[in-house]
Amino acid sequence: MKIALGAVVKGGTSLAYKTGSWRDQKPVIQYELCKKCGICEMVCPDSAIHVVDETYIIDYDYCKGCGLCAYECSAGAIEIVLEVK
Amino acid sequence: MSNKNEMERVLEGSEAVALAVKACRPDVISSYPISPQTHILEALARMVANGELATEYVRAESEFSAASVLSGASVAGGRSYTASTSQGLLLMTEVIYASAGMRLPFVITGANRSISAPISIQPDNQDAMSLRDSGIIQIYVESSQEAYDTHIAAFKIAEDPKILLPVMVCMDGWILTHSYERVKLLEQEKVDGFLPPYRPTNFMDVNDPKSWGAIADDDTYMEFRYAIHDSMQIGKKRIKEIFVKLAEITGRNFGGLIETYKTTNAEVLLVAMGSVVGTAKDAVDDLRLDGKKVGLIKIRCYRPFPYEDIIEAAKGARIVAVIDANVSMGSEGAVGMDLKAKFYGKLDAPAIVDVIAGLGGRVVSKRTISEIVERAEDTLRLGISQSEYYWKDLNREILP
Repeated sequence: MKIALGAVVKGGTSLAYKTGSWRDQKPVIQYELCKKCGICEMVCPDSAIHVVDETYIIDYDYCKGCGLCAYECSAGAIEIVLEVK
Repeated sequence: MSNKNEMERVLEGSEAVALAVKACRPDVISSYPISPQTHILEALARMVANGELATEYVRAESEFSAASVLSGASVAGGRSYTASTSQGLLLMTEVIYASAGMRLPFVITGANRSISAPISIQPDNQDAMSLRDSGIIQIYVESSQEAYDTHIAAFKIAEDPKILLPVMVCMDGWILTHSYERVKLLEQEKVDGFLPPYRPTNFMDVNDPKSWGAIADDDTYMEFRYAIHDSMQIGKKRIKEIFVKLAEITGRNFGGLIETYKTTNAEVLLVAMGSVVGTAKDAVDDLRLDGKKVGLIKIRCYRPFPYEDIIEAAKGARIVAVIDANVSMGSEGAVGMDLKAKFYGKLDAPAIVDVIAGLGGRVVSKRTISEIVERAEDTLRLGISQSEYYWKDLNREILP
């Protein structure tokens, strides 16, 4: 790979940058407590929580582990655990 | 404007700069007033209002915005220009660092003025020095004519594909911006021939979306920064070539990255930049008549720093006295430090004395220069350490 003068890159290339690697703690959804209210999806600053077949899924490629989802979850269904690699 | 008399006029320095910028056909001019730069942007505004200059003239609400407009216009593929000074340049600083990193070739006039506090509108180089490390190319001028010519060269330098960096033409506030001199102007066809329209490879395009200055982590950031530094180094040769090309058109040659003045056989060499050079040349003339072996190196291009040329020109000199109209608080003047670093360890290197002079418009006269030369001669007789520096004409009696 060569670097481009001025760090000019094609649009959409930030998808290739897996910012989830910055995470030192990670949210884990306890599905038995989840009420599917959607608050976590709304508050995620990285848009890293998606709805797939009516189930909330965290995309760990981009989740930086900020913990906002766990803080805002009214059902207390999101647990923050230490990231282990 | 083909009439010979109209091409040679007595102009205020600011008006001369505005005419040079007009001849370069900028697509965008951003504008925020601050003395002693305001006459330049006023003159350009008048040209736009009178229908003499077709450009997008954007009145910004601060210097930060004015610099951001330049950055945006340049990304969009436009040739862009503004002028500022002192606190205004400080406010632009963040944008200028980023723009150099994004390789945006706009041109700024820096009408050199001192920095607050205490507040002062008098000239020195402290404002430009705050941008020294940003990646902007800095060229200092001695006269209004040199300011006129250098602005035309500046766009060519900035847009050179091997360089692609912003360029700042530094001219002392008031002394150059507000004094009237005879200035020879170039015919528009000649400027057009020298400076074709700006056609960048990369520019913002809705049909081909791109991002400028994308994130670079620890695995690439150093290489991006090195690329700027490398372009500056390569730029030295290109800048000289561009100066030569322009001189062929104008018939005026102000030198390359430096100008040497009576350096032959000189034992004491002065190094200076900006309008003080004119005074220093007169002082050197007088001192030569007195039989003193004195010469002068004028630095035109300060960043990239032309140390190879200076070392070559200083061969045979026993002592170099640098006139620095700036100071790095707690250390010395910027040019003095640069020279000491580059001369260190060189065989037969001259002693180097850094003279901090002219801050806040403190007058540097022919007499001041003679005194600097006399003190350098004394230093030679008595012997000194390489690190000598002093503040010229400091009135210690009024210190608190």
